[in-house]
Amino acid sequence: MSADPHHAHAGDGPHEIEMPHASMRDYLIGFILSVILTAIPFWLVMERPLSDGATAAVIMVFAAVQIVVHMVFFLHMSPKAEGGWSITSLTFTIIIVVIMLAGSLWVMHHLNTNMMPSPHDMSQLP
Amino acid sequence: MSAPTITADSITAVADEPVQFYDLDEHAHPEGHSTMLGFWIYLMSDCLIFAILFACFAVLGDSYAAGPAPKDLFELPLVALNTAMLLFSSITYGFAVLQMQQGKVKGTQLWLAVTGLFGLAFLGIELYEFHHLIEIGATPQRSAFLSSFFTLVGTHGLHVTFGTLWLVVLMVQLGKHGLIAANKRRVMCLSMFWHFLDVVWIGVFTIVYLMGVLR
Repeated sequence: MSADPHHAHAGDGPHEIEMPHASMRDYLIGFILSVILTAIPFWLVMERPLSDGATAAVIMVFAAVQIVVHMVFFLHMSPKAEGGWSITSLTFTIIIVVIMLAGSLWVMHHLNTNMMPSPHDMSQLP
Repeated sequence: MSAPTITADSITAVADEPVQFYDLDEHAHPEGHSTMLGFWIYLMSDCLIFAILFACFAVLGDSYAAGPAPKDLFELPLVALNTAMLLFSSITYGFAVLQMQQGKVKGTQLWLAVTGLFGLAFLGIELYEFHHLIEIGATPQRSAFLSSFFTLVGTHGLHVTFGTLWLVVLMVQLGKHGLIAANKRRVMCLSMFWHFLDVVWIGVFTIVYLMGVLR
């Protein structure tokens, strides 16, 4: 209990706020997985044992896996957290982010390939 | 004063009453009961900011304007060191949360301080890198690639700066009031913020540095 009576009422009431329970095991698993998932992409890019395309694919997959590892072991994300509202808002955000990223890349790629004439093409225009 | 309420004296009165599927009564709202979810939703909105900056970088990242490319600029050992700093700060923050769960104020403050030092190391390395880039003429004005690079990585660095400030404030609050419920909540909110920044950094080192050098 708090020694400061002024703040004693601020939270130590009958409703103890529900907080995610963290454990040493979770943090250590998360940390070791993160170290592995970080070290391998750096090694791949610095030493280049694979072709460029394969390296790019592997480091993107490793990044995605590491994001999930951080979400689960560090951010304590689970379908049950906050009565499911955390995962709902996360899912919504991921949908928006994917639409935004894929849409931007798609639109701008088309603009670059179809609408940006080189100086040579420019002279051919009427 | 209020709308007449149904009494149980007649069944017909109950049957005539329209069925209400929504809840009109006020519930008890204990202080801070929605803070964690609210903070998570703030982080999701922050995630959108970073997503937009990532989209900018993805679109503009190969527009060098005949200037330097990532291959010429980035030193991967330095980036690896930076990544290690942030990863260490993540686990030390985890230790702070574990100390808090055991009710140890001093231990929590100690690990928060260690986390802050790793955060400062990260910022120091990043500022050194930015200074080096600007010195050799790779300024944000040089090309669209460098504009989007400095905006994305700079925004992340700014987040880490404010996270470090928050760490200091939290250590003072813990010193003044100990592990009261409000302070526990603050420790958990900053925990989410700090780990979230590490998640964003995964995207930064993969997309900006590794993919950049690969390109």
